[in-house]
Amino acid sequence: MSSVLVVLEQQGGKWHRMSWEALAAGAELAGKLGLSVDAAVVGKGVGTLAGEAAQKSIGKVYAVDHDLLASYTADGYTAALEQLIQQTKPAFVLFPHTYQVRDFAPKLATRFDRVLVSDVISIEAAGSGVTFVRQLFQGKLNANFAASTGAFASIQAGAFRAESLAAGTAEVVNFAPSVDASVIRIQAEAPFRESSRAVDLTAAEIIVSVGRGIKEQDNIPVVEELAAALGAELAASRPICDAGWLPMERQVGSSGQTVSPKVYIAVGISGAIQHLVGMKGSKAIVAINKDENAPIFEVADYGIVGDLFEVVPALVAEVKKAKA
Amino acid sequence: MKIIVAIKQVPTRDSQLNVADGGKWIEEDDLTFEINEPDAYALEEALQLKERDGEGEVIALCLGPSRATQTIREALAKGADRAIHIEEEQLEGLDTLGIAKLLAAAVKAENPDLILTGLQSDDFGYGQTGVVMAELLGIPHATIIMQVEKQGNAIKVKRELEDGWFQNMTIPLPALLTIQSGINKLRYATLMGIKKAKTKEIKTVTASDLGVPQGASATLDKVYMPQRTKQAVIFQGGDDPAKAAAQLVEKLKFEVRVI
Repeated sequence: MSSVLVVLEQQGGKWHRMSWEALAAGAELAGKLGLSVDAAVVGKGVGTLAGEAAQKSIGKVYAVDHDLLASYTADGYTAALEQLIQQTKPAFVLFPHTYQVRDFAPKLATRFDRVLVSDVISIEAAGSGVTFVRQLFQGKLNANFAASTGAFASIQAGAFRAESLAAGTAEVVNFAPSVDASVIRIQAEAPFRESSRAVDLTAAEIIVSVGRGIKEQDNIPVVEELAAALGAELAASRPICDAGWLPMERQVGSSGQTVSPKVYIAVGISGAIQHLVGMKGSKAIVAINKDENAPIFEVADYGIVGDLFEVVPALVAEVKKAKA
Repeated sequence: MKIIVAIKQVPTRDSQLNVADGGKWIEEDDLTFEINEPDAYALEEALQLKERDGEGEVIALCLGPSRATQTIREALAKGADRAIHIEEEQLEGLDTLGIAKLLAAAVKAENPDLILTGLQSDDFGYGQTGVVMAELLGIPHATIIMQVEKQGNAIKVKRELEDGWFQNMTIPLPALLTIQSGINKLRYATLMGIKKAKTKEIKTVTASDLGVPQGASATLDKVYMPQRTKQAVIFQGGDDPAKAAAQLVEKLKFEVRVI
């Protein structure tokens, strides 16, 4: 009987937390289809990690082990997983939608003449067919994609609950792929961090964060004033830092800092997933946006629909009044 | 270096989207379109690489309907030397794999040293067209690139990882890179550039010219507005911003307790 295979992610012997969310998605899909769910962990000397994964209520854990898999390369991972999939013939293959998965999973899927249905937020199953739900237009729209047996999909951060996985005892299966040094064309150096961060947003109780809605650099003082009135740290979504309007170290999101202040005030931020993953753990979220359909309102507790250039100055005045 | 930049035309960022009758796609009639932003950074990086080298060629490659000509012209005005337009009015039946197959087929005849494209599109957001193209062409790739430097027959790149981490890697040419937004500063087209663009070649081909079999392994069934899962307390700031601000401050003071 075929199964749902979930490829977990580890780096330097440490799990990527999204691995368990993807495994939860796999368990849910397998449950709907009446299949079992298996996991795979790739690297060098991953026996211990495989043992940890085997403490979940799943079928098998494949320890895909090879010296040339010690550090990640798209070529090495693709070669190894291609062999595992050919041998085990899973009904569906799921991944966490991480930067690393984005780097190799489309290549792997192409080897099987398949597309990777990426960044999936929910899965529906009817008969042997599966519908993957994913977002379009940076979260403004949802779309259903129908895929048949053999499909590949990656799971969005936070879409499934890792806690839903029950404890159990799974069988660990060692899988030794044949990987030749010549297939790995890229020479990768060790990962590094640019410099220690001068701004630690994670300690802030109140954050005022600004996005594209601010339109131009000359308008930044509009939100600076609000931050000053509230005694808040100023943060931004990626495009603002890309444009150099605020320093990179003030960026919140998947490539910036992850914050959970008492209140996060998102000004002119539409709420693309890359931003949401960095702030949705905030105790309270306030959104100010002119588009009432902006995805940011999905995660907000309070919102003002309106022109930020009218709303924010009014807010500054009200905050000052309340504090007086 | 001969560099191909794959660019895509997408609806402008501020677009109000409405689901079209039939629920398969959005209404496009009232929309305006622009270059996909990450692709604009990829184009800029290609132009800068050529300028640094002092020689080479930059070719813009675009798959899209006839309206995409405008985006192609803009790429030429910014400095691309020529363009290839795979002109198809109906792309609905294709998934990213099908799209990458068309792009790869068009690239093959050109034999470029380097292919650049944005890390993802603002409409579909699959984030994989480049990676799939590289696999179809049998060349190495790297994604989410923040820096590119040519070193003989190879390129050294800085790849962005999660949570503020980076990684340097060296890749033999030919290769494909997906470019992260913010890698460089975008230029504007000059008047001279716009003038010159009119004389530059745009080669138009169709999917059937390229002889790529059509079909999709994942089919788009339905698009729809997401359902609100968590109901935010919304104040309307359109008519009376001061009142909405006062209502919000009340909440911040008595419910969130930060004032």
